[in-house]
Amino acid sequence: MAKPKVAFFDFACCEGCQIEFTNYGDAAFLELIKHVDVVEFREAMSEKTAAPIDIAFIEGSFTREADRPRLEEIRRRAKVVIAYGQCATTAGINALKNHAPDYKACVYGRDAQMPHLDSQKAVGVDRVIKVDYYAWGCPVNKYEVLQIVAHLLHGKEPVIPNYPVCVECKRREAICRYDVGDYCLGQTARAGCGAPCPADGIPCEACRGFVDKPNQEALLKVLSKRAGMPKGWAEAKSRMFTANQRGDAS
Amino acid sequence: MSKTINIAVHHLTRVEGHGNIAVNVQSGKIEKCEWQVPEAPRFFEAMVRGRHYSEVARITSRICGICSIGHTLASLKATEAALGIQVTPQTFQLRELMKHAENFDSHVLHVYFLAAPDLLGAPSVFPLVQTHGEVVARALRLKRIAHEWGSLIAGRTTHPTKAVPGGFASLPTVKELEELRAKLLAAVPDLEATLATVKALAGAIPAFDRPTEYMALHSQKGYALYDGEIQTVLPDGDKKSYKVADYRKCTNEYMTSASTAKFTKNRLASYAAGALARFNNNHEQLLPEAKKAAAALGLKAICTNPYMNTVAQVVEIVQSFHESLAIVEALIKAGIKDEPLAQPTRFSKGAGATEVPRGILFHEYEYDKDGMCRSGNCIIPTNQNHANIQKDFEALVPKLLKEGADEKKMELSLEMLVRAYDPCISCSTHFLDVTFVR
Repeated sequence: MAKPKVAFFDFACCEGCQIEFTNYGDAAFLELIKHVDVVEFREAMSEKTAAPIDIAFIEGSFTREADRPRLEEIRRRAKVVIAYGQCATTAGINALKNHAPDYKACVYGRDAQMPHLDSQKAVGVDRVIKVDYYAWGCPVNKYEVLQIVAHLLHGKEPVIPNYPVCVECKRREAICRYDVGDYCLGQTARAGCGAPCPADGIPCEACRGFVDKPNQEALLKVLSKRAGMPKGWAEAKSRMFTANQRGDAS
Repeated sequence: MSKTINIAVHHLTRVEGHGNIAVNVQSGKIEKCEWQVPEAPRFFEAMVRGRHYSEVARITSRICGICSIGHTLASLKATEAALGIQVTPQTFQLRELMKHAENFDSHVLHVYFLAAPDLLGAPSVFPLVQTHGEVVARALRLKRIAHEWGSLIAGRTTHPTKAVPGGFASLPTVKELEELRAKLLAAVPDLEATLATVKALAGAIPAFDRPTEYMALHSQKGYALYDGEIQTVLPDGDKKSYKVADYRKCTNEYMTSASTAKFTKNRLASYAAGALARFNNNHEQLLPEAKKAAAALGLKAICTNPYMNTVAQVVEIVQSFHESLAIVEALIKAGIKDEPLAQPTRFSKGAGATEVPRGILFHEYEYDKDGMCRSGNCIIPTNQNHANIQKDFEALVPKLLKEGADEKKMELSLEMLVRAYDPCISCSTHFLDVTFVR
């Protein structure tokens, strides 16, 4: 069997998830490319192709109409589309601007009305094309990405967690942030990262987004009552990475 | 001359982010010669408004995946300046160590994966796995060390976790630092081999000189990376200093009718930031090992060939390696102290600067009495290099035409020029969209 053709594409993002792909080290990386044929990866290679691809990794958010044809073309060519990283899945940090109607004027001042500054609300790429799998996280967990690819190569369904980060935090015996007077979003955040943030002594910011059906009211209550967070901050807290998954998503 | 050339590179490859090159020559006359940036703007300065000071660096680190350590540090420094936070010498040293890890990591990525394929006549690193397997394996080994070194101090290299306002949320142990020292020492042969590889390829680096102004941080203590004041040097060696708080006075962001991207300038029509700018400003402070590498690779201050930025990065790989070894030694000797985070003493406005792989980076924030961010401003190295790339194009295209270069040669020369700057376009919160005409 020919090696599956894999390609990477990027939209509005920091390209950090692509960088994670170079962080496997020599052994894992050289082994990985024995099993897949990387045919397009603009950040790292000049080769381009118009041929069909087996797995397309799409990084970045959809923020302007001009990007729609490029996304549709990728979908047309790809058997499997993976939304790669939080910007592609739910627009992650990019969606933080969605609730601020004056974001253009804030950054560009009197130049804000220039037509090439077209930027709409940031959304995940699944608002434009069908997405088959989601590699959550800001950045992605590069080992989870390996798992997803390995499952697909073996014809298996990738298993992507839909339980909270607290599960993984407890499993690695990290100290609960609330027990040291901090806050945390781990109770409603999607696991799969291995809870590195609480383990490193900072709160989980839910960079992999919410689990399906998060109890947002309870989250607000815990942030206010347990962590003593001022009302305005508690209410805006989960906008950082989950603005598009909140009940008040605009 | 009756030459007609049409270069339309859409979404230049092997650079971070999206850039286009457009050159039209009709009957030997240059009608268009532009470096364009169609990256989608992301509006970070709007995102930080109303966020708590503890969240701001976590947001702005997301400006860039390659230099997220640098964005975190510039952001923390600006926040700490605004909040009157003094960090401890241990925090300072650990931050220097993570800054070195990032520059080493990013330079290895750029030299081996993004720049070297041009010098080896390959479209990317992937075909080199077959033809230059050991070189690729070495690049990946060095990359891995940098990643582990950065992760030990920063938590993650892409979007750090441990570095927070006032210090570190968790600290490496002496044992971990000893392991890092062993890993670094084991990499010495790979470092030497890197120098040999680049030396062998250096002949393929194009000759092109365009004197410009070079801006970098400068410190009395040594070759500045994490900290210093702003300094610029002109080709004749004339130096000028500015305080970080006065960064707007020497960056002077402006709009131009020729391009829709924000440009910066200072004493000349444009200036350069990055490894070559740092070398031109601070070469006397390099460690002996790095000075030796510069001499071996034929890099001499003041170097006005922008293609040599890649060589300056190699010199900095050597510099960061040896400086970090010394920092690790000092930390092991002193032992790691468990220090509480330094706390805010006021809530006001402050600016911070650090050197990221691509050059000097400025962040500035203002906070209200509750520690919530009122406003932010970030000036990114690639934006500062933008005008300089354009000016280089304007000098290089006529030179290549005169030398009789064909379209293919010109396209490669321009692509290599942009790649030499190692642009980081996602970084550019200010970049605007450009309509592309072929």
